[in-house]
Amino acid sequence: MSTAGSNVRTTPTGRARIALLQFPGSNCDVDCMDTMARHFGIAVTPVWHSATSLPPVDGVIIPGGFSFGDYLRSGALASHSPVMQAVREFAKMGGAIIGICNGFQILVETQLLPGALLQNVSRKFICQYSSLAVERGDSVYHRALDGMTLRMPIAHGEGRYFASNSDLERLTKDGRILFSYADATGLRTIAANPNGSARNIAGIVSENGRVMGLMPHPERATDLLMGGSADGLEVWRAFLASFT
Amino acid sequence: MIVEYEVLVQLKKEVLDPEGRAIRETLTRLGFSGVRDVVVSKRFHLVLDPGTPSPEKVVQEIAKEFLANPVSQTLQIRRLDA
Repeated sequence: MSTAGSNVRTTPTGRARIALLQFPGSNCDVDCMDTMARHFGIAVTPVWHSATSLPPVDGVIIPGGFSFGDYLRSGALASHSPVMQAVREFAKMGGAIIGICNGFQILVETQLLPGALLQNVSRKFICQYSSLAVERGDSVYHRALDGMTLRMPIAHGEGRYFASNSDLERLTKDGRILFSYADATGLRTIAANPNGSARNIAGIVSENGRVMGLMPHPERATDLLMGGSADGLEVWRAFLASFT
Repeated sequence: MIVEYEVLVQLKKEVLDPEGRAIRETLTRLGFSGVRDVVVSKRFHLVLDPGTPSPEKVVQEIAKEFLANPVSQTLQIRRLDA
């Protein structure tokens, strides 16, 4: 069941400053910018991958797509783009970063998040709605999304989250799993796991709790007209709430 | 003389390789019943400038830092021209 809208929050205004990275092959960039403009009144600054610095911002969005045609490994070439050095420094300073789908793949290849995203067990490109249970944790994102089960689309061929057993233990123990694939009631079942991800993991946060990576697409669930869920707005609210 | 290396990158043993499994299953269907496992790897053929200092070290760095992801993959390096 969707719980979007159950918590009343103040919608942040256009004061927030956000950069969005664009790589050759990014294709969810405009949807993210549209979400920010339409729902939050924020004009996002697009930053081309060859940039060597970021403008002064509160947050960075790494959108989905197929950067560099997914050559070598998904996200591998993008992780070596010049702009990623600036993103690393931004992360080190505690900057808020959200990486969605290919953005998540780029974050693990950059090692800002642990693990890897491998080919789905079914070998199929999966495009469907999934229910995501929010796990327990102390990050600003966990606090903002506490207790929710969100319905959002996934669309990927390589979204099977893999990490060493010790990394999985650490992620679990430290409350760094943010989203798990679940059934509609929020139960993490084998049947609800679309791609074979370890521990049903769909999204995690960094050690400092400021970098979020997730396979589902919150920018594709921002309006009921888009297929029946606006739950993605909760993720964006959580992202914006981390700025203050 | 040109210096050539081969780098083979494949998933670690403990990581499921869906592509390899699909190939194995198809082989079984084709009647090759004795095929126990198929591992798919990616082969990189690196050609270095002649006289590249410590080519082995350079190739190792390229392979470890870039061609393979140590989280999920292993790699093998072999010199081809020697």
